[in-house]
Amino acid sequence: MPELIWLMPALPFAGSLLLLFARRFPPALAAGIGVGAVGLSMCAAAASCAFFLFSPPAGGSLGVTLWSWIDVGGFAPRVAFRLDALSLTMVLVVTVVGFLIHLYSAGFMEREEGFSRFFAAMNLFIGSMLVLVLADDFLLLYLGWEGVGLCSYLLIGFWYGKPENGRAARKAFIVTRVGDAALAIGLFLIATELGSLAMPEVFARAALVWPRGSGPALAAAALLLGGAIGKSVQLPLQTWLPDAMAGPTPVSALIHAATMVTAGVYLVARCNAIFSLAPAVQLALAVVGAATLIVGGVSAAFQRNIKRVLAYSTMSQIGYMFLALGVGSWAGAVFHLVTHALFKSLLFLAAGAVILALHHEEDMRRMGGLARRMPLAFWTFMAGALALCAIPVPPTIAGFASKEAILAQAWSSAQGGALLWGIGVTGAFLTSLYTFRMIALVFLGPSGPQPEKRTGAAMAIPLAVLSAACLAAGLLGFPKVFGGRPVLLDFLGSALPSGISTEADTRTEMVLEAAATAVSVAGAIAGWLLGMRGRRISGTEQPPAVLAGARAFFAGGWGFDRVYETLIVRPFAWLARVNKSDAADLLPRGIGGMSMRLSGFLRRSQNGRVRWYAASIAVGSLIVIALAVLL
Amino acid sequence: MTAVPLAHVLVLAGILFVVGLVGVLARRNLLFMLLGVEIMLNAAGLAFVAAGSRWAAADGQVMFVFILAMAAAEVAVGLALVLLLYRRRGNLDPDAGGGDA
Repeated sequence: MPELIWLMPALPFAGSLLLLFARRFPPALAAGIGVGAVGLSMCAAAASCAFFLFSPPAGGSLGVTLWSWIDVGGFAPRVAFRLDALSLTMVLVVTVVGFLIHLYSAGFMEREEGFSRFFAAMNLFIGSMLVLVLADDFLLLYLGWEGVGLCSYLLIGFWYGKPENGRAARKAFIVTRVGDAALAIGLFLIATELGSLAMPEVFARAALVWPRGSGPALAAAALLLGGAIGKSVQLPLQTWLPDAMAGPTPVSALIHAATMVTAGVYLVARCNAIFSLAPAVQLALAVVGAATLIVGGVSAAFQRNIKRVLAYSTMSQIGYMFLALGVGSWAGAVFHLVTHALFKSLLFLAAGAVILALHHEEDMRRMGGLARRMPLAFWTFMAGALALCAIPVPPTIAGFASKEAILAQAWSSAQGGALLWGIGVTGAFLTSLYTFRMIALVFLGPSGPQPEKRTGAAMAIPLAVLSAACLAAGLLGFPKVFGGRPVLLDFLGSALPSGISTEADTRTEMVLEAAATAVSVAGAIAGWLLGMRGRRISGTEQPPAVLAGARAFFAGGWGFDRVYETLIVRPFAWLARVNKSDAADLLPRGIGGMSMRLSGFLRRSQNGRVRWYAASIAVGSLIVIALAVLL
Repeated sequence: MTAVPLAHVLVLAGILFVVGLVGVLARRNLLFMLLGVEIMLNAAGLAFVAAGSRWAAADGQVMFVFILAMAAAEVAVGLALVLLLYRRRGNLDPDAGGGDA
């Protein structure tokens, strides 16, 4: 059993190394290694899940220490993994979704340049992500954290031939680095204040040492939150995600929808002991989540690029998770993370099938009428969309179940309230709006271009499996009021404290859920109308200047990019330009120049004229004697 | 017989030394520079003798004998070198540049 735990990350790492050092594999073999490594890792995850469920370990968690990383002056981080309900859930999501997306990539990336480079980076990503979620030590978690960041950079810039792809990759890396720096400082703070980075010790000591709401607890929680914000594209570090869509679509599905961007949610859920000690930061969590929810939702409704809609949608859905974390619904956030990983990767993969069939066309205005021509993509996209909108049409109830869990908690918990619930419901309206606008533009309406080819089996199977998984995941957490049993929430309860919720009575809950669903449906209808109408007038009618300005503002993500460009990027670039000759080097270079000049001066005395030498000796001895006599 | 004051002798020795030094520095002929060195040596010898007589010690005279012997050796070797140089190079200018002419 302990072997299984370290095998999970080790297998993808091995696959990555193999692909990295043997670049000349034929594509079929490279795909086999890449997909197979993650598949085996998934088997290991499934096996450990079975072990975990049938013979639950004592204390609800199972640790395995591989070796001691460093041991310096009492600071001894270990390479240790821990499997509990939370990390098991994450591991299953990462490996299952990861495996399906790898399989899909084998079809999607066919005939691409750098096929094995792609799989090497993808495998490295899965390995790092598993290290992140399994780590039992903050330092190891940080290793995984940076590892996934690196893979994100490598894969966004996968098609490095185009300069803007490289630019997007750098932007993603640098913006998340701001958050990573905060996380690193937070870990320093924890290490110095609590004397350890091992998670169980940190959480135990934090509760003992730090009173609720005390300075260090607030600082540590705020810094951890900073890291989570950077990774999980929340305000104000959210600008990198839309540009990150420059990467191949499977990458967007795996890294920028299902797994890496939810690492922040995982981090906060894992550190719930610290966040519970900092109520102010927890409130900030909820506020950040709510703000991102609205900003992302509105921006998504104005996009023309199908992948950017999904990117803003991801941002907004992670906002939901942050909202849930902020109101203390730790398990609810993780539940939404799971369902979101399933339906959002499904949406990305279905969109990818469309994009590939249309020769890498991503502009929705040049699509249309694809429902009949690509039925598989349409129906799977529809399944994902219904889950995303939380409309409980029978086959796709995943999103409904998890979103209702969050909204119910937002309403009833001590930290929540009607305002946060209202924002959540507004977000639900926006979600349905942009989703159905997208569906109307892409799949309905007059026929657009003819898709080139049928979707291959390697791509069709993941789509079908993920659609089925959306159903299964919904059943795992169907609200109690409808006769369901939130299995996953109960399971997570063994690792995460349940929210301090005052259980709302059944009637209120029913009313709330009905209201939220009605709002979602209304949004869907509005979006459908918008999409159909948008097609008719697009290009023929010039909107008034104010409207056009507003549209550009929202389509550009509320102008954050421009603000950062003016406030940070330009001044920095200016400083770099001014300082091109390195002001800091003036002193060392000055010393060097001075010695050169001095040596040039002294060199002139070495002229080979013996009478000069004699004179110098005479003057020198005169000076020495004068000094000896006078002093 | 009144003794010559030490100060006078030292002033004379200083003047002699400066004369010799100026000879070394100002002349552009090795032979005369050698003469200047001789004058400087004798100036030093004079100072020794005067100091020896002032403190009635034999050391000063001993030193002068040393200087005399050394000056003789120096002249012997130096003149021979000057002669050789003159034969080889045709002049005795120390600033005339290196290399065999």
